[in-house]
Amino acid sequence: MTTRSWLLSDDPETRMQARLGQFYRLARALLRNPLAMIGLGIIVLLLLVAAFAPWLAPYSAVQGDLANRLQPPSAAHWMGTDELGRDILSRVIFGARITLMIVLLVAVVAAPLGLLIGTVAGYFGGWIDRILMGLTDIFLSLPRLIMALAFVAALGPGIENAVIAIAITAWPVYARIARAEVLTFRNAEFLDAVRVQGASSARIITLHVMPLCMSSTIVRVTLDMAGIILTAAGLGFLGLGAQPPLPEWGAMISRGRSFILDQWWVATMPGFAIVIVSLGFCLFGDGLRDILDPKQRARG
Amino acid sequence: MTRPIAALNFLLTLAVTFLGLLAITFLIGRVVPIDPVLAVVGDRASTETYEAARLQMGLDDPLIVQFVRYVWQVVQGDLGMSVSTGRAVSEDLARVFPATLEMATLGIIIGVGFGVPMGVFAAARQGKWVDQLIRVIGLAGYAIPAFWLGLVGLVIFYANLRWVGGPGRIDLFLDGMVEPRSGLLLIDSVIGRNWEAFRSALSHIILPATILGFFALAYIARMTRSFMLEQLSQEYITTARVKGVPERLILWRHAFRPIWMQLITVIGLSYAGLLEGSVMIETVFSWPGIGNYLTTALLNADMNAVLGATLVIGAVFVGINKGSDALYRLLDPRARA
Repeated sequence: MTTRSWLLSDDPETRMQARLGQFYRLARALLRNPLAMIGLGIIVLLLLVAAFAPWLAPYSAVQGDLANRLQPPSAAHWMGTDELGRDILSRVIFGARITLMIVLLVAVVAAPLGLLIGTVAGYFGGWIDRILMGLTDIFLSLPRLIMALAFVAALGPGIENAVIAIAITAWPVYARIARAEVLTFRNAEFLDAVRVQGASSARIITLHVMPLCMSSTIVRVTLDMAGIILTAAGLGFLGLGAQPPLPEWGAMISRGRSFILDQWWVATMPGFAIVIVSLGFCLFGDGLRDILDPKQRARG
Repeated sequence: MTRPIAALNFLLTLAVTFLGLLAITFLIGRVVPIDPVLAVVGDRASTETYEAARLQMGLDDPLIVQFVRYVWQVVQGDLGMSVSTGRAVSEDLARVFPATLEMATLGIIIGVGFGVPMGVFAAARQGKWVDQLIRVIGLAGYAIPAFWLGLVGLVIFYANLRWVGGPGRIDLFLDGMVEPRSGLLLIDSVIGRNWEAFRSALSHIILPATILGFFALAYIARMTRSFMLEQLSQEYITTARVKGVPERLILWRHAFRPIWMQLITVIGLSYAGLLEGSVMIETVFSWPGIGNYLTTALLNADMNAVLGATLVIGAVFVGINKGSDALYRLLDPRARA
């Protein structure tokens, strides 16, 4: 038996074989989608750049050379230098770490929160569902960026608070999706079976309900990544997110604003990084959705 | 659902959402590290003065009482005083709102004017260049930060090509020359027959409005396309084709007519989104609107102004969204089923 037929077997003998087989099918479907592969390539590139930033960056990200301030892009400084003579390329490279950190933190906070609220609401139904979903709908109908701004205003500027503010505005979507998913199987027999065996509600929700909502949540989180990056950059741009001298891309654009008409590269270069990374998450998310969640495909 | 019940239901949802919005701004106002009493009495006030002010401001009442009082004040239009401008926040907001309204409205006109025809043509010629173009624009709308696009636009069209006016609403030497009637400079300058001011205002607004419109266009075109594709696959379209109805008529009379009502919700959503998106764009273009007011207040820790602006943008956002949704339900018999 070849590895391939073992992976694609219709009656797997172990749970691991089934999982690996599922993973294999997913990977093959992804490989057939060139745009998703480009997106994945960009994400992998971001991970690599963030991991190896100190080796990749030609100069220091914080230490400037005042003799070389505001130099246009050249062979020595591919993206030019900023008002303190710092190499913009090096700062963009180190900025990948900050962007990655923000995105991961928001995903780690918002997705489980939304998942929990959505599954609890869907599983119990009744008044718990009404209260939780009422709350979710209120948050959903408010403008996200403005709410994030207001939260940062209350918490104070800074990267951690920006993460909290974005997470507070990001969870309702996941709650809605998870609840909709739960409703499709909340009366299924396999849940009755676990219940009859005496499993508590907490156990059923965390071990039997949540895993089934994972794939749609992961798709949604990937699709939301671009929006999260843009919001974080926006907060940085307004001076409410990452604070100088941190090389956060949005904050860098904000610094470059003062010289935009004469030294255009200071503000524009970090923007390209934002666009490319957001695009990567968009393309990959689209591809994942087509594979994992074909139902949503028709709706753009 | 019968119509009166649906209307009641709509009003109830709207009221609950507004209350939720108020609760959030209220709670934000409570957790800020800025002491509201100190902001009034100053940090050199004695303990007695401080206590008296605290009692007078009702800060010793239970939270729920304070919340009810807050809601009552907001309903009466009292949003408190702005620390940085020294005026009532509601007064400030009334002054800056028309600028935002003007820009967002021109933006949505651009977005609908280009987005809807593009979506229709993309659906008609699926897979051809219009279709591909919409796909690229859609992706760009998701991936490009509005504030960055604004800066790039300034570099290209203002600094290099000199096609448009720079930041601000109007050229400096014309500032204050237009008598304010509606607060919308384009309209006021036409009323006053001040063509020079009109030209200047137009050259200033066109770039930020186009950038906002671009983001609306990206969404509207994609949704129009997918609605149209749904219609074009219906059997009555095939019947019309078999009967030999010209393609142009099939597109616009047969397929587009049933979807324009669905588009109301989409347009409403994008319009509300533009009001929100104007916060970033206004900062880039020094546009004296509500977004600029909000960000200035944020940086000055002027909490009353921040919360007031949040409340107004949030309320308009919710109002437009729920309103367009209700309008769609009212107009489209299919949604009532």
